[in-house]
Amino acid sequence: MSNINLIQETGIGEGWEPLLPGLIILLPLLGFFINGVLALWEAKKSAAIIREGNEDTTAGLNSSKAHSWPGWIGPGVIGVAFVLTLINFVRMLEGEASEPIIREYWTWMATGSLEIAAAIQIDQLAIIMVLIITGIGFLIHIFSVGYMHGDPGYPRYFAYLNLFIFFMLILVMGSNYPVMFVGWEGVGLCSYLLIGYWFDQEEKASAGKKAFIVNRIGDFGFLLAVFLLFTNLGTFDYGSIFARGEEVFEYGGPLVTTITLFFLLAAVGKSAQIPLYIWLPDAMAGPTPVSALIHAATMVTAGVYLVARSSLLFAMAPVSSAIVAGIGVFTAFFAATIALKQYDIKKVLAYSTVSQLGYMFLGVGVGAYTAGFFHLITHAFFKALLFLGAGAVIHSMHYALHQTHKDWDAQDIRNMGGLRKCMPITWITMWIATLAISGIWPFAGFFSKDEIIWMTGSIAGADNAPYPGLYTVYWVMALVTAMLTVIYMTRLMIMAFHGMNRTGSKEFGHLHEAPKHMWIPLVVLAVFSVIGGWINVSKDIQQSFLGGFGNIPMAGWLHHWLEPVTESAHHIQEIHWGAISHSAPLGGGEVAWGALSTTAALIVLIVTVWMVRSDKISVATEDSDPRGLSKVIYNKWYVDEFYGHIFIRTLQRLSKFAWRIVDIKIIDRSVGIVAGGMRALGWLASLTQSGQVNTYAFIFTVGILLIFGIVIF
Amino acid sequence: MLPESLILSALIFVIGTMGVIVRRNVIIMFLCIELQLNAVNLTFVSLSRYLGIDGQVFVFFVMTVAAAEAAVGLAIIISIFRHYGSVDVDNFRMLKW
Amino acid sequence: MVEILFYVFAAIVLGGALGVVMGRNPITSLMFMVTSLAGISGIFVLLGAHFLAAIQIMVYAGAIMVLFLFVIMLLNLGHDYQRAVRGWGIVVLGFAVTGSLGGLLAKQLKVGSQEFYNNPEAGMVIDADLLEHGAVGVIAHPLFTDYVVAFELTGILLFVTIVGAIALAKKRV
Repeated sequence: MSNINLIQETGIGEGWEPLLPGLIILLPLLGFFINGVLALWEAKKSAAIIREGNEDTTAGLNSSKAHSWPGWIGPGVIGVAFVLTLINFVRMLEGEASEPIIREYWTWMATGSLEIAAAIQIDQLAIIMVLIITGIGFLIHIFSVGYMHGDPGYPRYFAYLNLFIFFMLILVMGSNYPVMFVGWEGVGLCSYLLIGYWFDQEEKASAGKKAFIVNRIGDFGFLLAVFLLFTNLGTFDYGSIFARGEEVFEYGGPLVTTITLFFLLAAVGKSAQIPLYIWLPDAMAGPTPVSALIHAATMVTAGVYLVARSSLLFAMAPVSSAIVAGIGVFTAFFAATIALKQYDIKKVLAYSTVSQLGYMFLGVGVGAYTAGFFHLITHAFFKALLFLGAGAVIHSMHYALHQTHKDWDAQDIRNMGGLRKCMPITWITMWIATLAISGIWPFAGFFSKDEIIWMTGSIAGADNAPYPGLYTVYWVMALVTAMLTVIYMTRLMIMAFHGMNRTGSKEFGHLHEAPKHMWIPLVVLAVFSVIGGWINVSKDIQQSFLGGFGNIPMAGWLHHWLEPVTESAHHIQEIHWGAISHSAPLGGGEVAWGALSTTAALIVLIVTVWMVRSDKISVATEDSDPRGLSKVIYNKWYVDEFYGHIFIRTLQRLSKFAWRIVDIKIIDRSVGIVAGGMRALGWLASLTQSGQVNTYAFIFTVGILLIFGIVIF
Repeated sequence: MLPESLILSALIFVIGTMGVIVRRNVIIMFLCIELQLNAVNLTFVSLSRYLGIDGQVFVFFVMTVAAAEAAVGLAIIISIFRHYGSVDVDNFRMLKW
Repeated sequence: MVEILFYVFAAIVLGGALGVVMGRNPITSLMFMVTSLAGISGIFVLLGAHFLAAIQIMVYAGAIMVLFLFVIMLLNLGHDYQRAVRGWGIVVLGFAVTGSLGGLLAKQLKVGSQEFYNNPEAGMVIDADLLEHGAVGVIAHPLFTDYVVAFELTGILLFVTIVGAIALAKKRV
């Protein structure tokens, strides 16, 4: 608190004046309220229509105001918020402030030594996150206008989406952990609401529940970590925690390790890493733009943001960092293998997301916070693009199948094929995203993924690397996973867009390119999927042929930009780990490995194209069941079944015990005894209520006597 | 004479209270309440000699209220009697519910 | 002379009051009540409240008691009760409570006010007023000046009472 006041009074760090930072948060909330009111209004009306016996609830609603306004309000508020953010970002660039700007609005709670301010903080990390959230959020809102058109819950959808943006902004802009937690829980809630958006279908509703419950496990870790921080530091503010963390905690000590492990549990839950990744593939039950926004670009990266935000604490706990990296790289590999054999277009992308999130965890785990965060940015571009492209495909497929009343799965890539003729824009933009995610030069993914892999290798060769062997294993796994990424993405693209069409000749005529407000976001995102990686090209690469011999102007920009946030963590690392190596574990420099990996990726891509094309693909209804290893992979390594057996079955047994023995025999009985006692007491008390006037008069007199006695004596 | 009349009014009041508590006949209970009112009236009048004429004005009001109360109370008794055929206070148990 | 009269009236009042409580028949109680009211009226005269004494006789002992009498006769209450009191337990309790109430009142009267009672000038104000304005004037003046609103409200109260009493007592239509 005093810290904040000091900054505001003396003006240190106010190198720039933020423009209405609170409004950025408030605008989506405003959108939520307006859309929410419209949604309630709409709900009343459709209920009335159903009461009148009209089955089709969309009839007569499409033209109504409640159905056209949200399409303007929803994207509108986010667009304004994005413009505001851009203005602030430009000012920040010019101001070159290193201290965060903190705006304290009111005291949220104050009890004893605990005082939490409802405050927001704008620093280099937060502003980039806000740019991504509002920017990509804006594009996805526009996409949704087309995608969700005609859905009876249209205003409700935009209300939830606006609410999500609101909570996500709170998550990244909060200036202390409790405020972050509000956003953390809020995005979980919106995720639940949007996964179960079509709640009349049971498996979609239960997918929402699954996401919510799995996330709870992580949230409990978050709370414990924050409590531990408070008991040891007496504050929740980022500023004070990171300023004093180095003195209070011992490097590698048990306390800071425990705290960071609890934070890791939270991050693992939110960012869908092993062992809590199981909710994300199921979360694809939600509308596809939701998958793009929440389950690819923003919410699931909250875990990475948390680790990057707490970088100082993680830097002080090498064990936790190694575990973060290990979980990350193992998840990346594991999810990539599952993605190899999935047929649902969204499931492939979902596992791909889990895999890419694993890369980010690897990045922040090896101490390359900038690299992890960099991958977060580029991934937001190309994965949002992939999901939106998939959304366009599903939209088109759904329309075609609906026209001919074919009950095929609109999301199964076995039912697609040859779509490039009907949907050229979607086809090209999705190929750009595929090249980007595959890490092929010069697309965005190359620079970010390469940097993570490179940093892993360098840490393995650092002077005092804590676990050099372990980090070498991580490095190898990361390289292998990069190749797997190429395979599953290429397979997806070839099966969906190339070859002969398998949808059916009647249906093929109905397949069409997405409408304008759906393909414009695709194009914008495609542009960023190409150039988005140029903001953080490392020095060595920039000087080489891969960087156009120094022609990319913004080399290392992100690294420099995030320095105020990450420098103390890097400082600690340097002290304890020593200088990092300039060659990979097998020798060779960054440029050589970069060139090698992009060449390898290209070769793998070509081989995959050739293999998939030579394969005979039969449509989903006629396809034979997979056998052997592919069956295991197709069934996602049976992890869900394993969890079902170990946790859910055990829990059920435990619950049965709790029900039959603890609840009925112990608790119910003791409650019964207490209730009986109360009843007896009540009976005694009811004796005074005889209903007889005389008795009442008597008691009345006694009362007077008592009052009289008190007054006199 | 004042202390004596005050003590007299206290005695009347106590007797009236006793009647309300122990009797069963509603009409007699009612009369006992009137006794209590009169005890208060007596106190008012006695003290008005020392504190001014206002006490007597209050007695006037008390009498009005007593008349009103008697009218309404007796009307209630009549309707209860119609219902139960008795004025025993044991019938007035509906206060309990 | 006044002292003697006071004790005579006090005896009548107390006797009447006891008769009210102990009477077995409502008519008996009512007659004792009238006696008691008449006694109180006498004490009012001794205390200089002549007007009140008059309306005590006319309104209380006359109108209200006659109303009671009418009701008793209307209901034809003679011998329809079995026991006069609720039970001996409540009688004992009643004695305890009322006894202590009386004790407290007596104690209050004794402790508080010796000085107050011995104020010789107090009664003279009213006596002088009585001589000047007469028995009615002495009470009418405050009633129609300071208490005029309350007086008018009394009228409304009586009106409401009439309506209420009629509504309650009339036969169900």
